[in-house]
Amino acid sequence: MKALILFCNKPILLHQVEALVKAGVDHVVLAVSYMSELLEREMRVQEQRLGIRISLSHEKEPLGTAGPLALARDLLNDNSEPFFVLNSDVICDFPFKDLLQFHRNHGKEGTIVVTRVEEPSKYGVVVYEADSGRIHRFVEKPQVFVSNKINAGMYIFNPSMLKIFPVMAGEGQLYAMELQGFWMDIGQPKDFLTGMCMYLQSVRQHAPERLRTGPGFLGNVLVDPTAQIGENCTIGPNVTIGAGVVVEDGVRIKRCTVLKGSRVRSHSWLESCIVGWSSSVGQWVRMENVTLYLNGANVLPHKSINESVPEPRIIM
Amino acid sequence: MLKSVILIGGPQKGTRFRPLSFEVPKPLFPVAGVPMLQHHIEACAKVPNMKEILLIGFYQPNEELNRFLLNAQQEFKISIRYLQEYAALGTGGGIYHFRDQIVSGSPEAFFVLNADVCSAFPLTEMLSFQKEHGEPNSFVILGTTANRKQSMNYGCIVENEESNEVLHYVEKPSTFVSDIINCGIYLFNPDIFQHIGAVFQKNQQDMLLEEPTNGWHRAEAIRLEQDIFTALAGQGKLYVYKTLSFWSQIKSAGSAIYASRLYLNQYHTTHPERLASNKEGGPKITGNVYIHPTANIDPTAVLGPNVSIGTGVTIGAGVRVRESIILHGANLQDHCCVLNSIVGWDSTIGKWARVEGTPSDPNPNDPYAKIDSETLFREGKLTPSITILGCNVTIPSEVIILNSIVLPHKDLNRGFKNQIIL
Repeated sequence: MKALILFCNKPILLHQVEALVKAGVDHVVLAVSYMSELLEREMRVQEQRLGIRISLSHEKEPLGTAGPLALARDLLNDNSEPFFVLNSDVICDFPFKDLLQFHRNHGKEGTIVVTRVEEPSKYGVVVYEADSGRIHRFVEKPQVFVSNKINAGMYIFNPSMLKIFPVMAGEGQLYAMELQGFWMDIGQPKDFLTGMCMYLQSVRQHAPERLRTGPGFLGNVLVDPTAQIGENCTIGPNVTIGAGVVVEDGVRIKRCTVLKGSRVRSHSWLESCIVGWSSSVGQWVRMENVTLYLNGANVLPHKSINESVPEPRIIM
Repeated sequence: MLKSVILIGGPQKGTRFRPLSFEVPKPLFPVAGVPMLQHHIEACAKVPNMKEILLIGFYQPNEELNRFLLNAQQEFKISIRYLQEYAALGTGGGIYHFRDQIVSGSPEAFFVLNADVCSAFPLTEMLSFQKEHGEPNSFVILGTTANRKQSMNYGCIVENEESNEVLHYVEKPSTFVSDIINCGIYLFNPDIFQHIGAVFQKNQQDMLLEEPTNGWHRAEAIRLEQDIFTALAGQGKLYVYKTLSFWSQIKSAGSAIYASRLYLNQYHTTHPERLASNKEGGPKITGNVYIHPTANIDPTAVLGPNVSIGTGVTIGAGVRVRESIILHGANLQDHCCVLNSIVGWDSTIGKWARVEGTPSDPNPNDPYAKIDSETLFREGKLTPSITILGCNVTIPSEVIILNSIVLPHKDLNRGFKNQIIL
């Protein structure tokens, strides 16, 4: 279940929902492509915990980005307050209060958060007036340089819009707010780890006490309190260790996420890997750039792995 | 009385053993913890009535060889002498040149052994066989069975199955001749010199008839295999004794690891004291492992199977070594992993580094398969093989060195795969 994937020891969805709640949101609608009992159960728990309402809207056929909005139209007609829309794979410092303020200030129909990237041609680019933020047009994956600001996947709209974006832009109703700080679309596995590094850096700046320090820990390392780390390990920089993970003696881990319940046995060396739930990595294993989930796999001792293992598998 | 002659070659021979042969003459390279030659000498010294062992080769006098000879004489209480050829005279030319030394004292027979073979050396069996077969002064070649495809890389022997006489001999044929191959271990008597002498005379005459040729083709250079055996086959003088015991050539560095495995296995019967065992405060041993007493090994290290650890080696915490030879003075730091590799003298492997090669072992499902002597490159790519670190190589922490050869005195700063690093 993609939305429940733990990013730095918390489901991505929860990073987003918690930030929304802080900005005053009390009703969240999740547009999902398939209903999952796991998700429903988890959302009941969060409703209780955060004191808000969470609705699930099921999109029976893939309808693209506009689809979920149309389906959710009924739920949104309740009040005339503006509503946030988020792309679920996005991680950043979630400036929802600033976004609400900015939106109210210009008073128009919609605001899109944009962010600056180095390679805009991989994304949808937004062309807008620098001082006011008024959007002129969108260009999808431009071949020549048009702008280095891309759609960051976060929006706020007045309920009266519910039309598609480009039409609104033409009428001067759409504004862009530039995001400050880091941003990552972690839908791509290779960007997941980059996003994790950025997030950990942000944690160091805002809440350094959450990071683990001391002998054997280098740089930014996040360790769940229920994880166990053996002797003579060197962990970090840029490592996240999930709940109940066991790291045995003499292990070296760099730039990795080790998800819940996994075990990394002694003297192994891991760099740029995502080790999926309940996986076991044998002794003296070397794993590099395993960017898909090593999911429930068993890696037998003395192996060297450079490729991804998406399905549970024993690697001989 | 009996004698043995061991052909040890010289620096221009055995070059497939580089870079390891840059530091130490190939015949002295340690296999299963002791110099290659020592296995031959031990086997010869065990034969009743063996009075002298002669080493013939064209290495210049050097310290290692002298020291080895001195120690071997003291240990085995037998006369061991090195006879240096003035030039590479071939497998036959050397013994012919020194024939007077060989026949002095009137030995009834003498063995000739190639230094670069790994064998159980069934010498007393060859002696018994010689007495039971053929004429009183027949010669015996030790043979073994190879698979059809690989047999053509060796000397092929066609035998009369009842009498075991050698009917036909071809060295490295281009088409299949026989699956019985020459092990490079022979039992001769002084009559052999008549036959070699005849070839020598013929070569001399041929040389006179031809123009002065390029230097390497001397008249005195005689090859036992091509020049003598081929001619002797079918004459009722040459016999083959087939053995089922282990045998392998040691041509490339990779084959040294395979040979180590064969000898380490033999230690269970011949030298059980050379095999390491699990002890309180010692590393975990699995399979056959040789550890020199001066090596310093952390108790959390795991060694074996088929590992030889040389003098003064240091192995840190949590190190894993398997199917490898670690030479004198090497330093393996914490948590590193060494698989299918030879780590050269005084080299250092950094923490969490991985030094890994690809074994070139013969197919274990084929009892007659022999180790392949692959060329270094195949179809434009380096053939995956044992990783070799020459002497004084430094591997930094956390990198991987895979299927590569690193020449001596090199400090690496990153990992490498499938490379020769000069």
